[in-house]
Amino acid sequence: MSSIHKAEPHEHDHAHGSELSETELRVRALETILTEKGYVDPAALDRLIETYETKVGPRNGARVVARAWSNPEYRERLRKDATGAIASMGFAGRQSEHMIAVENTPKIHNMVVCTLCSCYPWAVLGLPPVWYKSAPYRSRAVADPRGVLREFGLELPDETEIRVWDSTAEVRYLAVPMRPLGTEGFSEERLAALVTRDSMIGTGLPKSPAEAP
Amino acid sequence: MNGAHDMGGVHGFGPVEPEPNEPAFHAEWERRAFAITVAMGATGEWNIDMSRFARENRSPADYLAKSYYELWFAGLEALLAARRLVSAEELAAGHARGNTRPVKRILAADEVDQVLSRGTVAVRESATRARFKPGDRVRARNLHPGGHTRLPRYVRGHLGTIERVHGCHVFPDSNAAGAGENPQWLYAVCFEGRELWGAESDPKLKVSVDAWEPYLEPA
Repeated sequence: MSSIHKAEPHEHDHAHGSELSETELRVRALETILTEKGYVDPAALDRLIETYETKVGPRNGARVVARAWSNPEYRERLRKDATGAIASMGFAGRQSEHMIAVENTPKIHNMVVCTLCSCYPWAVLGLPPVWYKSAPYRSRAVADPRGVLREFGLELPDETEIRVWDSTAEVRYLAVPMRPLGTEGFSEERLAALVTRDSMIGTGLPKSPAEAP
Repeated sequence: MNGAHDMGGVHGFGPVEPEPNEPAFHAEWERRAFAITVAMGATGEWNIDMSRFARENRSPADYLAKSYYELWFAGLEALLAARRLVSAEELAAGHARGNTRPVKRILAADEVDQVLSRGTVAVRESATRARFKPGDRVRARNLHPGGHTRLPRYVRGHLGTIERVHGCHVFPDSNAAGAGENPQWLYAVCFEGRELWGAESDPKLKVSVDAWEPYLEPA
């Protein structure tokens, strides 16, 4: 049985697990009750799921970062009023009402966590991955971030300051990675293809032009 | 509360295990648990701080035994039971029974996009001036409330520096308890790694938390 302190179960792991069947049955029963009572609209439930499975995800954030890389005015706006700058691209709302963009520099690497639950900027990154919500990340990101980064295959120089942002309020942080070398003259679209989800959490770096498809 | 959810600095959980090409959900029941939780949140019967407290307010063993969406679901069940919106009899039967109390509002499918893109703003007008400004030295108070709080244990009692003034925000400790929004000034407070974790800490580590004014005292 998986739990919050390990990776979450995969779908194929469920088939024989009686505990998970129990959860499945209880969720189904509760949805039936809430629907019969008229508290939830089944079409609204489908719409919520569809939104976060197909519409809202890290490509939104990648477009924000790509624009910041290529447009100095936008970058300045993102520094001063990230919520407004992000909303101007059509990304706003739930779990992103109060945004702050934190920029990596050659001296400072930013990394975002929520040690108390799973706060994450949904409008620009979608729903958080399991590892972000898991105990290993939540416990160690604030105490041993370099060790965590090594588990992501990222080794930063000892002299790089690591700046961890623990999202304890309704403020949401978007890490803005440094623009990769060798991308002069790239369009926003080409740049956005280099921006990974993890580079906007701070557990990764953008792809180099050679890695882009 | 000093619960298992407050994980910063706890040892023994093992390595982080990223999953390549991870899907948004790992099972159909996760999709449904997510959707009914968000939809019920939109009824206005409780607020986000009450939701968070409902998830964390359990024994450490129970918290750690549950997966993420199991915690969401357990929190939803607790909120529905406490507000008498769903009875134990109904849960056992798997169907609605008897009278149904109306909820404040029901999220319709054609409202979903608008509700999600509007979000829930936490900033409020302030009647007071912020007590601290960027650069001020502060100490996180040594507080251990039994109810909901957003001051992680690993910063309590430690010295930090005000880095940003975020504005006046709804105060979760009050809001989760049903005692009103009680807006308070909110700050990003930066702590040196060595202040939090001792001399063996990474000398190039800094950690910020967002802390409301009642969590802080001048230092």
